[in-house]
Amino acid sequence: MIPELGHYALMLALGLALIQGIMPIVGTRTGDAVLMSIAAPAALAQFVFVAIAFLALAECYVASDFSVLNVYENSNSAMPLIYRLTSIWGNHEGSMMLWVSILAFFGALVALFGTNLPATLKANALAVQAWIAAAFHLFILTTSNPFLRVADAPFEGRDLNPILQDPGLAFHPPMLYLGYVGFSIAFSFAIAALIEGRIDAAWARWVRPWVLGAWMCLTLGIAGGSYWAYYELGWGGFWFWDPVENASLMPWLAGTALLHSAVVMEKRGALKVWTILLAIIAFSLSLIGTFLVRSGVLTSVHAFATDPTRGIFILAILVVFIGGALALYAWRAPLLKQGGLFAPISREGALVFNNLFLTSACATVFVGTLYPLALEALTGDKISVGPPFFNATFGPLFIPLMLVMPFGPLLGWKRGDIVGAAQRLLAAAVLAAVAVAAAFAIEHGGPALAPFGVGIAVFVMAGAVTDIAERTMILRLPMRATLMRAIGLPRSVWGTALAHFGIGMTLLGIVAVTAWGSERIAAVKPGETIDVSHYRLTFDGAFNRPGPNYRDVVGHFTVRRMSGDVIGAMEPSRRTFPARNMATTEAALMSRGFSQLYLSLGDPNPDGTVPVRLFFKPHVLMIWLGAVIMFFGGGLSLSDRRLRVGAPRPAKAKAKNKPALQGAE
Amino acid sequence: MKYVHALLLLIALFAPTRLWAVEPDEMLSDPTLEARARALSKELRCMVCQNESIDDSGAPLAHDLRVLVRDRIKSGDSDAQVLDFLVARYGEFVLLKPRLSWHTMALWGLPPAVLVVGAAVILIDLRRRRGWQTAGEQANLTAAEEARLAELLRDHSTT
Repeated sequence: MIPELGHYALMLALGLALIQGIMPIVGTRTGDAVLMSIAAPAALAQFVFVAIAFLALAECYVASDFSVLNVYENSNSAMPLIYRLTSIWGNHEGSMMLWVSILAFFGALVALFGTNLPATLKANALAVQAWIAAAFHLFILTTSNPFLRVADAPFEGRDLNPILQDPGLAFHPPMLYLGYVGFSIAFSFAIAALIEGRIDAAWARWVRPWVLGAWMCLTLGIAGGSYWAYYELGWGGFWFWDPVENASLMPWLAGTALLHSAVVMEKRGALKVWTILLAIIAFSLSLIGTFLVRSGVLTSVHAFATDPTRGIFILAILVVFIGGALALYAWRAPLLKQGGLFAPISREGALVFNNLFLTSACATVFVGTLYPLALEALTGDKISVGPPFFNATFGPLFIPLMLVMPFGPLLGWKRGDIVGAAQRLLAAAVLAAVAVAAAFAIEHGGPALAPFGVGIAVFVMAGAVTDIAERTMILRLPMRATLMRAIGLPRSVWGTALAHFGIGMTLLGIVAVTAWGSERIAAVKPGETIDVSHYRLTFDGAFNRPGPNYRDVVGHFTVRRMSGDVIGAMEPSRRTFPARNMATTEAALMSRGFSQLYLSLGDPNPDGTVPVRLFFKPHVLMIWLGAVIMFFGGGLSLSDRRLRVGAPRPAKAKAKNKPALQGAE
Repeated sequence: MKYVHALLLLIALFAPTRLWAVEPDEMLSDPTLEARARALSKELRCMVCQNESIDDSGAPLAHDLRVLVRDRIKSGDSDAQVLDFLVARYGEFVLLKPRLSWHTMALWGLPPAVLVVGAAVILIDLRRRRGWQTAGEQANLTAAEEARLAELLRDHSTT
């Protein structure tokens, strides 16, 4: 009964999406306010029905209803509740349900909190949002229905892919989807603006919080996925330039560019046409990412869809939405008026520079990811594009971006003083030079350019601190006055500084771990030791440990400093899941400051030795900590009064809407 | 996001023999040669895997290739010779960084092209706008316009 209810609710959601997609547009064309006002309640109702469908699926998983094919294939009654829940999106059908649920959720948020939007813009934007929703509802109902039943219900499910049974996967896909789908709002607003043929700085003010929110979730989602791969896959890599990763990196790069160009548009009314294009690109890349991951185009051996009808359906969605959006852009964008003059050396100029390099970096990832597919389809030649390609092309594009970043916030709008900014960054530059020298002095081996990488990272971080120090006039005013200024600074200024500091920190982690990480591979017998960096590990022996739906073979290692002091124990394991007859490597991690010891086990050899891989990962935690700091920077910026309050409203409406607005924060 | 890796790892785990990336018994005793082998391994694709280098892969083929790379290094091949040997044997597909040739021209050319074209568009746009700006600032009024302006100002001051 419950799955049928969910199925039916999803069909009703499709119907509501069609109404939401057609009526308001007709209304804006004919000037019919009643038709236009259908958009918001339709969006809310659509969300309610999608939520019912999602909850129905969740209930099937919680209750382990194996008469539902999707539950049977991906769940098991012995799994802990949390993994039964995360199994929902650990498979194709369920993850598409999550996708449309988030889409409908965002639509409902716009309907609820977009009370200060012009009626036509809101109606058009919600209608565009509904077209996307309708396309994906139809996709799920026709090709990926999660509510299908099995004729004879099996006793037990086939379990979730063991490698996905991990807390990291509980939050990684939802965060990623919040980011992907969050860009749909910017897309819908961009299309709505193109339909109206009118756009102003207020548009950027309405759209920026959505972009910022989506960007925050995507940042955390990517970082979460990276950390999950780091500890779960057993070889300690944090980024593989895998097409599936690139699929999430591309929207992030475009979204970061969009975030910055929207600032220019909001403050100065410039870059309007470009910002609209970026909004279209950011969501298009999200759709392409969905296509790459869901269609199975990347490979014949893929954990997900291998059914070509799905691939063709998603490809059709891509062609219609991206092609349609770009065609509309080509037709209508010339109508939009450009505004806001600025000198090349100015805040706007720096942000244009940012956009140029981010867009180029995004194009690099795009071409590197899709070129092998295109080449094989067109000529039959097979080539590989892997990490060495991306490191050689993406890296050089990011260096100028990092070097210019600290200058941006120090330059004035319209016409900036580059010499003044350079003077103010002198301390940061000196600090960076000291860091380069220190890196040369302390570290031996590793690439010769690595200390300069450290220097750039330190310059970025110190530059972010400089921005705040300059604005609060620290050391130049009495402490109290500085404190007052610090409190008085707009939160978006703090947000910018924090996010820029975070990216510097991530860069520092990447440079350190890539250049100076060390690795030991050995086969050890109980009692033997292995050394890495300043640590000595003794293998004490292996034992068995049962788990809820798996068995562990655990190796126990005592960790000592070279001086002999014991500082702890590490217990990596090999985990076997009987339901699928599969095994995973559970690495053991020990944090020392920002650095980590990383230990993983192989299968024991017949002669009684156990192969182990032991890594010392210097400053590796900075990579993800930097991303978390970026997330909080975005959050601070989002809580800025300017974005919270939005465009001015009549006093009466303001009083009425106040509780709702507070709810939004 | 890492499902591909996940799957490959699982495939690797299913594989009857080798279960792991670089195994202790594969490694060369000379650390400089071993370091070269590791660096080369990172440039070479495990052909049965999805976008994984032979250094990361646990597949049996990756093991064979790692041993092969080390054999070539031991017999005195330079890095380029090792790569040439593998390309001759397995084709361009084995290289994770494609060589520049006619069919990879667009791949290598596009990133710098986007940067250069983007920079050119921005510069032209800036110059054009600056043109407008200076034209606006420097434009001198005609005699008739001056007279009209004076009239307007006088009207304004009298009212």
